[in-house]
Amino acid sequence: MKVTVEITRRHEIADPQGATITRALRDLGHEGIDEVRVDRVIHLDINGDDPVVVTEQVDQMCRQLLANPVLEDFTIEVDR
Amino acid sequence: MKTAVVVFPGTNCEHDVVHALESLGGEAELVWHRNTDLSGFDGVVLPGGFAHGDYLRTGAIARFSPVMAEVERMAEQGAPVLGICNGFQVLCESGLLPGALIANRDLAFICRFVAVEVADTETILTRSADRGQRVDIPLNSYEGNWVDPSGTGRVVLRYVDEPNGSQRSAAAVSNEDGNVVGVMPHPERAIDELVGSTGGTVLLKSFLESLVPA
Repeated sequence: MKVTVEITRRHEIADPQGATITRALRDLGHEGIDEVRVDRVIHLDINGDDPVVVTEQVDQMCRQLLANPVLEDFTIEVDR
Repeated sequence: MKTAVVVFPGTNCEHDVVHALESLGGEAELVWHRNTDLSGFDGVVLPGGFAHGDYLRTGAIARFSPVMAEVERMAEQGAPVLGICNGFQVLCESGLLPGALIANRDLAFICRFVAVEVADTETILTRSADRGQRVDIPLNSYEGNWVDPSGTGRVVLRYVDEPNGSQRSAAAVSNEDGNVVGVMPHPERAIDELVGSTGGTVLLKSFLESLVPA
């Protein structure tokens, strides 16, 4: 099953990359940008046919390794 | 008394650390990250570099290296555990230290001497120093910006002129007991006037003086 994990930095944590990109876009003349944030998407291909079981497995992976609970939240999407 | 200096794939400051500790009268030995027995050691240093390529997040993969179970055991038993630069990042990822390290505020890789001030002397990095004492040691990092949403981290060294966005100007942070410390600039690169400063000496001497037979 194809699984997509989106890992987002919590809003109260600074995102220096997003801030730098915001400045660059403004320098290029793009107007009206309030904020840019850079997050991470991880694609997994997992052997299994029960979306509930696969989601649980990926949830465990996120808590253990893929996301840092101090900084980040995550969402899991299973392609059924 | 012997210090284990852990080598992950991608670590690159291990020889500097061994050289510095030995120059100050200590005994140190390189230990590969697959080692699962540190029973012959009284303290451990996680040196700087790019452990496991810094993939995913700095320190994220390294914290699961086999040796880390032993590092955690030693930390729990009160042995001195010091993470320098990338080692600091590994200690945060492993939960042995609070907070996390993110990219420097201005996305600049900072490589220069910085002045730091001793904020807390009850730790393995500062026990031989005086509160308020200032030393110059080189910073050499891109992800040195410490964030601590919990607000519980003990700040051990403070940047005099905060260069990277680090919360509370922290250059070094400790656990509650003071035996696990992460420091972002490199004390091991400042133990000889030949390279511009001996500011790291008092810090690494503190580490050596904190060792007690395991």
